Amino acid sequence: MASAKPAATAHRSDSGVMERRAERERTRRNWLLSAPALALLVIGASGPLIIVLVYSFMTPGDFSGVEWTPTFDAWVQIFFTRDIFDDTLGLADAHLSIFWRSVRLSLLTTAITIVFGLPTAWFIATRPGRARTFWLFLITIPFWTNLLVRTFAILEMIRNEGLLNTWLIKLGVIASPLQIMYTDTAVLIGMAYVYLPLMVLPLYAAIERFDFRLVEAGYDLYANRLQVLRRVILPIVKPGIVAGSILVFVPSLGAYVTPRVLGGGKNMMIGNFIELQFGQGRNWPLGASLSIFLLLIVMVALLYYVRASTRGSSHD
Amino acid sequence: MTHETAIAIRGVSKIFGPVETGLKALDNVSVDIRRNEFFTLLGPSGCGKTTLLRMIAGFETPTNGAIELDGTDITAEPPFRRPVNTVFQSYALFPHLTVAQNIAFGLEMLGRGKDEIKATTAEMLALVRMEAMAARLPAQLSGGQQQRVALARALAPRPSVLLLDEPLSALDLKLRKQMQIELKRMQQDTGITFVFVTHDQEEALTMSDRIAVMDAGHILQIGSPRDIYERPANRFVAGFIGESNFLDGTVLAAGPPARIALGGGQELSIDTADSPAAGQPVTLAVRPEYVLLGAFDAPGSLSGRITNLIYFGTDMHCHLTLDSGEELVARIPSGLSGKEGLETGAIAGVSFAPGALRIVGA
Ligand SMILES: Nc1ncnc2c1ncn2[C@@H]1O[C@H](COP(=O)(O)OP(=O)(O)O)[C@@H](O)[C@H]1O
Ligand SMILES: [Mg+2]
Repeated sequence: MASAKPAATAHRSDSGVMERRAERERTRRNWLLSAPALALLVIGASGPLIIVLVYSFMTPGDFSGVEWTPTFDAWVQIFFTRDIFDDTLGLADAHLSIFWRSVRLSLLTTAITIVFGLPTAWFIATRPGRARTFWLFLITIPFWTNLLVRTFAILEMIRNEGLLNTWLIKLGVIASPLQIMYTDTAVLIGMAYVYLPLMVLPLYAAIERFDFRLVEAGYDLYANRLQVLRRVILPIVKPGIVAGSILVFVPSLGAYVTPRVLGGGKNMMIGNFIELQFGQGRNWPLGASLSIFLLLIVMVALLYYVRASTRGSSHD
Repeated sequence: MTHETAIAIRGVSKIFGPVETGLKALDNVSVDIRRNEFFTLLGPSGCGKTTLLRMIAGFETPTNGAIELDGTDITAEPPFRRPVNTVFQSYALFPHLTVAQNIAFGLEMLGRGKDEIKATTAEMLALVRMEAMAARLPAQLSGGQQQRVALARALAPRPSVLLLDEPLSALDLKLRKQMQIELKRMQQDTGITFVFVTHDQEEALTMSDRIAVMDAGHILQIGSPRDIYERPANRFVAGFIGESNFLDGTVLAAGPPARIALGGGQELSIDTADSPAAGQPVTLAVRPEYVLLGAFDAPGSLSGRITNLIYFGTDMHCHLTLDSGEELVARIPSGLSGKEGLETGAIAGVSFAPGALRIVGA
């Protein structure tokens, strides 16, 4: 007994050393294995972001690019314009209306995709197994096609001589074509169409997990259809709605192709405005500061949304 | 004594799928459920109990027939307009609401005042002894606690009728026994009509005022637990409720008393007025506890060989093969186990307690 004890202790410390060595070995291997991912993150995500950030504090070059003279001008220009004659600062109304349109159209797009996405996701989630896969597959089909092509397809639908107007006139609903193209409505239709799948998929995931017996429990306890929707279904599928809203709102805010094709030159959104600075505007620093500004709006919106939605779902 | 009818089921059938080829879950079922009674639907799995209950709740519409509640036809009413609440087998508690909010849900939907909701919720929490858990979410409760909340939630709006679909089947044995007693107490305290579904005959016998025994979409017998146990209407009921021995024979004389010939030249006499005519085949049922064993040569008794003796604590099961070749189980008190002649291989005389033998069909 007496001799067995120290032996056991020695054995234990031995294995302790070996364990620590193995641990170090593991750590090194983990670093090596994650190196490609880290490199990609640094080069692919942080790198460009840092360049954009640096450019936003420089002076515009004469034709393009930047001159390496640090200034806050680009950041001031986001909100203010400098009067050419007396050099005073005034609010940049044009810019503000672009920001406002972007936020408004993105919020509306999110709302529209919720309204259409909920019944769609509900429909799919309540199909039997095989049919469900089929409908989900249909939902993902648009992803196979280039965004530009899809946007032109929408254009074909809503332009003055397009399908919609032709049919409405043929049916005698309207006498002359509705001017939808080059309005905010056109942009809204386009964005809602393009981003609807991004709403349907997370909603489907949430509804698919939903216990439909709770609907019966609601009816049983005197809730009518609307009350069951508001008091039972919506609160429970809320995480899906939050996820879908983020997935739709974020790309909507930075949308470029859709407002460009369907909104024309006048109904710009932030994305188009940024592009303008790098092109005809020849003001790379302003484009850069606007990009960072957009990023900040998205982050604030996300934080707000996530905070609001988690507060609502926990009771104690 | 006259009884007021709470729920009248009038010739209700339910066919799932196409009427011609679909599955007939209920076949022309009629039953009157009395006010303030504890009524149980008892039957094997798949016999249509849940379907009938869901029809009373309003979740299924009958293919044929009508359902009346307190004298008014509610067949076409949606569930949220029926003063009927359900305790679901899965409990179906709202996972995003606390215990108290779950209980208050029905009252809120009925548009009751804030004070009333608060008072009733507190009362219900006390009734199911869940006051300490009022602020918890369902996920933080045990199965038994969830069960109580489901019960309180369904009782809170004071429905005319409470429907319970196998509410105890997910609980372990001890908790189940305890909840059986509590459920019965609550039914008596509240005076609400309970319609209780179970496939557990013991549960049905101990809790119910009346039982409807169902099989394959039909109601086979309606009666008090005692009626059903002691006077089963047919072979299915006799076999499903408690244990029964069945003996096949032929009527020698319709009587009364009727004389029945069993195989092997043995003969029995039964004091009944409704025997089939002489020459007809019959099946007799007898409970194991009414099978009496005695000396093999006792007058008027059948004789059989003891094939097995199984000890069950308070009593013993004695398996016998009669001279007619039929198998029989007798349940005898363990105190008799030392009795002479009670051993495997011995020949024993078999007789039956007066009135214990019943004709349950052919
Ligand atoms: N919605 C439905 N669609 C098709 N068949 C059903 C449906 N609900 C129940 N059934 C069938 O009806 C019969 C009775 O079911 P149910 O009432 O649930 O029986 P129990 O509750 O007595 O076990 C079963 O054969 C079952 O498979
Ligand atoms: Mg059932």
